Amino acid sequence: MLTAEDKKLIQQMWGKLGGAEEEIGAEALTRMFCSYPPTKTYFPHFDLSPGSDQVRGHGKKVVAALSTAIKNMDNLSQALSELSNLHAYNLRVDPPRFSLQFLSQCLQVALATRLGKDYSPEVHSAVDKFMSAVASVLAEKYR
Amino acid sequence: MVHWSAEEKQLITSVWAKVSVEECGAEALARLLIVYPWTQRFFSDFGNLSSPTAIIGNPKVRAHGKKVLTSFGEAIKNLDNLKGTYSKLSELHCDKLHVDPENFRLLGDVLVIVLASHLGRDFTPVCQCAWQKLVGVVAHALAHKYH
Repeated sequence: MLTAEDKKLIQQMWGKLGGAEEEIGAEALTRMFCSYPPTKTYFPHFDLSPGSDQVRGHGKKVVAALSTAIKNMDNLSQALSELSNLHAYNLRVDPPRFSLQFLSQCLQVALATRLGKDYSPEVHSAVDKFMSAVASVLAEKYR
Repeated sequence: MVHWSAEEKQLITSVWAKVSVEECGAEALARLLIVYPWTQRFFSDFGNLSSPTAIIGNPKVRAHGKKVLTSFGEAIKNLDNLKGTYSKLSELHCDKLHVDPENFRLLGDVLVIVLASHLGRDFTPVCQCAWQKLVGVVAHALAHKYH
């Protein structure tokens, strides 16, 4: 359960990114495709080569969704409702538990490389919990 | 048997050369206990684990973290025989410590994040890839003797 402190830490952390959010999105995806090749199976229609415009564009989308989620942490279910439908009925990504786990890991690595010590254990914990919560919401309508 | 390319080995050892085993080990274990608090169940005799600050400053956590990461160092020297290297430790974790192997995966992921925060941009996607593979294979080796 996200505490008030967790939410504060997440918002502060996101605020420290100084516009690098979009780059982080693309990087998280790149890392994910590299470390977890099966995740590429969801993007057969994409050019996944380094620096791909499609990956960059998709990274932006992912980060925009996360930004929305961060602004609406008290009501993730509603804020992510559309995305939840999309993942359940159209995309049908393998239960987000698994795939978001990989995206969560890669996003956190991307954040940690930029934030260094600022990606403290407390921030790490808050972000991990947050990504779990996002995954749960996206999985809500699977069955 | 796991195959390691020359590039993967190089990525693993070059990252390892930059790692302070004591610092990173302590930090990785502390983060495991903080981010996944249920893992504290295995360390009930470690004393004060009541807050992130307590955990980070706990000397038993630091010492044990160092032990764990030192064993990773052994793994890196024996990439072609991880199951053999971890055989005894695997039995220990199953028969005496009763640790659910899922926890090895969690610790592996935490370690990767610690490396990322220490190495910054040097921890490239291909570096991460080699290390995610390593932590996965170590976790597998540690689980191998479970019965």
